Amino acid sequence: MVQVESIIVTSSIKNPMLPILFQVRSRKQETDDTFTLELEPVESGIEFEFLPGQFNMIYVFGVGEVPISISGDPNKKNRIVHTTRMVGTVTKAMGTLRRGDVLGIRGPFGTSWPVDRCAGCDVVIVAGGIGLAPLRPAIYYILSNRGRYNRVILLYGARTPEDILYKREIEKWKSRFDFEVYVTVDRGTSGWKGNVGVVTTLIPRAPFDPLNAVAFVCGPEVMMRFTAIELIKRGVKENNIFLSMERNMKCGIGLCGHCQFGPVFICKDGPVFSYSQVKDLIFKREI
Amino acid sequence: MKFNKYRLRMNKEKIYRLAPQDLNRIFEQFKTGGYKIVGPTIRDNAIVYDEIQDVKDLPVGLTDEQKPGSYRLKRRGDNALFGYVVGPQSWKKFLFPPLLTIWEAKRSNGKFELIEPNFEGQKFVFVGVRACEISAILIQDKIFGGGQYKDPNYLKIRENVFLIAVNCNEPGDNCFCLSTGTGPRVLTGYDIVLTEVVSDEEHYLLARAGTEEGKEMLEMLGFAEATKEEIEKADKVSSDAIKKFKKEVDLEGIVELLQSNYENPLWDKVSEKCLTCANCTMVCPTCFCNTIEDVTDLSGQNVKRIRRWDSCFTLEFSYIHGGSLRYSTMSRYRQWMVHKLSTWKNQFGMLGCVGCGRCITWCPVGIDIVENVKIFKRELSKVKI
Amino acid sequence: MEKILAEHPFFKDLKKEYLELILGCAKNVFYKAGEFIFREGEEANEFYIIRDGRVSLEISVPGKEPVIIQTLEDGEVLGWSWIIPPYYWHFDAKAVEPTRAIALDGKCLRNKCEEDHSLGYELLKRFVTIVEQRLQATRIQLLDLYGAG
Repeated sequence: MVQVESIIVTSSIKNPMLPILFQVRSRKQETDDTFTLELEPVESGIEFEFLPGQFNMIYVFGVGEVPISISGDPNKKNRIVHTTRMVGTVTKAMGTLRRGDVLGIRGPFGTSWPVDRCAGCDVVIVAGGIGLAPLRPAIYYILSNRGRYNRVILLYGARTPEDILYKREIEKWKSRFDFEVYVTVDRGTSGWKGNVGVVTTLIPRAPFDPLNAVAFVCGPEVMMRFTAIELIKRGVKENNIFLSMERNMKCGIGLCGHCQFGPVFICKDGPVFSYSQVKDLIFKREI
Repeated sequence: MKFNKYRLRMNKEKIYRLAPQDLNRIFEQFKTGGYKIVGPTIRDNAIVYDEIQDVKDLPVGLTDEQKPGSYRLKRRGDNALFGYVVGPQSWKKFLFPPLLTIWEAKRSNGKFELIEPNFEGQKFVFVGVRACEISAILIQDKIFGGGQYKDPNYLKIRENVFLIAVNCNEPGDNCFCLSTGTGPRVLTGYDIVLTEVVSDEEHYLLARAGTEEGKEMLEMLGFAEATKEEIEKADKVSSDAIKKFKKEVDLEGIVELLQSNYENPLWDKVSEKCLTCANCTMVCPTCFCNTIEDVTDLSGQNVKRIRRWDSCFTLEFSYIHGGSLRYSTMSRYRQWMVHKLSTWKNQFGMLGCVGCGRCITWCPVGIDIVENVKIFKRELSKVKI
Repeated sequence: MEKILAEHPFFKDLKKEYLELILGCAKNVFYKAGEFIFREGEEANEFYIIRDGRVSLEISVPGKEPVIIQTLEDGEVLGWSWIIPPYYWHFDAKAVEPTRAIALDGKCLRNKCEEDHSLGYELLKRFVTIVEQRLQATRIQLLDLYGAG
């Protein structure tokens, strides 16, 4: 017989499916299909705290809800920043929103980049395409606690020079002496004098000590797989490599079953996982 | 309020003797309190769970013949009230409704206003709940009420359920609750549990309480206490039931076995007949996958956010980045079976299967999850040598 | 230069006499930004170790901008066509920035490899790795991972 467990019921359970209303404060076009929205609460007195790597479920009136990683500064408590790519009905509808338009927000959900995992280690951040967006809060956190880390390196691969996100911010990061930023593109265009080649080609020569390094990797699953292989080839430990996984999500709170990946729910056991947690499954098909 | 109300000890409680008609007296008590009495009843040649008013609404004198992909009702030759096992529906249809509005919103002038839902929670009396079904309810209690985030609608309905369970006298041909450790006897999770004794000479029900509420009900209605002889007859019926199982399987090690064989070619074999029709997920009493959708009216200014049952067998279920991640039938069948018998344990601490056999009965091509487990165990034990 | 070659990971574990032989075929070279190092279709008679700078591997497409397949930087090996018949370059190599490199005489080394198959095997082993890396990188580029949908 299944054991009876004590389940505590209170009549004032907060309904985790009800969003809180936020409005668009500003909108920026990043590339031709990617944009960034900065949101503030509609009602005053609401503070929003999150950890780097977490995501929100964003609701667009009458269209639907999607999970989007938070890509702003974790120190700013009354602003939510989301960089989104227009790929489906909801994200395309989000792309048409302007200042003052209202969205529903549920969150923050999920696990975060373990930015406090080490003191004095090298941090290698590898971003592919839009994968830079969920990593940006980690970059902000690390740079604002810079003394805690040894070398901090960003390896960023974009499709073409036009698809590079946060171009001005990257220039600012490049100009810092305590942050080493390497950008590469899959396809060069005229005028591009930088690296051409997939982001994995930057790993063998990146200046970090593999035995004292923690890596945060985010991008398409295939890119994360190949990146992890290169990092391990260099000697980074499997449980010091972290990925951000993605699956279809409907509720974001572990109750709808959609985001399962083997035994874990991406929405509550992830999206950030260590490579050792997922390595058995990411090489298998259709899991 | 805590769900540990099911704490009365079996061997300490009095056992009462009821005539079949006496159930109506219990029903009467609830009708005035705004309760809906739901239990097994005939609809479209199957035994479903729906509202009943009277003992005669039950499938009296009927039994169900279940085989892989087959379900037929037959006359028993007696007037047993509970002479069958389980049909295509389960109690999740009340606790976790197929369609639920979770909130509404109204738009005006670019702003919108959320209308919070009022999950008042209909009060139910569940009549005739089997041991496997109680296990399934307890599993869903853990899913919807035991995680960091809970379903308020489920909990509201659940706290008001008065559960009248019944011990199975005979397992169905597809039943294997003995193998999953979830039956056939009801041990906990009930307000009142009944055991039916029916023969040419006599027909009575023994009732015992599992909660204070159940105890009050039985005492208040002044039923006679059962005699030692009557109790022995009922116990014999229950223990005989254990010997009558046609389906048995050893599930030892199944969790480890399935998670270490994702790429085994056997998956193609066990899923080759599957139509991905999703019947199994709908009839399964523990399946809980659901999806959330927006429904707007024609003006586009009013929207309802609804939750409806979903199934991992659909292509849309795993849709991401322009395609379905589980594209092949094999991968979807594998997802369901590995979840039910393996990863469920990682997630919730117990197996997701309660051995009720519904998925076997209601699969249009008769895929048998028990036979599939045996196929894996046989093949893999060969390899070990 | 001897030191650079001896310590370069590419020549790791190579016998001392082979290293000396290779050194005998090496010279320093310098390319201005925009200067071609070799052109598609030319005879492939050298290979290069880039010391400093950036080189792009390009294929010219009539009517369009040349497509940059990949860029190579400090410490990377440029050119494997010299060791694989018919010994012609398959693409252009152009210095994107001022680039200093060590050029190694492939024609001379080819003859030595024919005489001494052991040397040939050691060099082929190493160049096969370069080809594999380039192939794998190209395949991943082909996936167009960041493309829409």
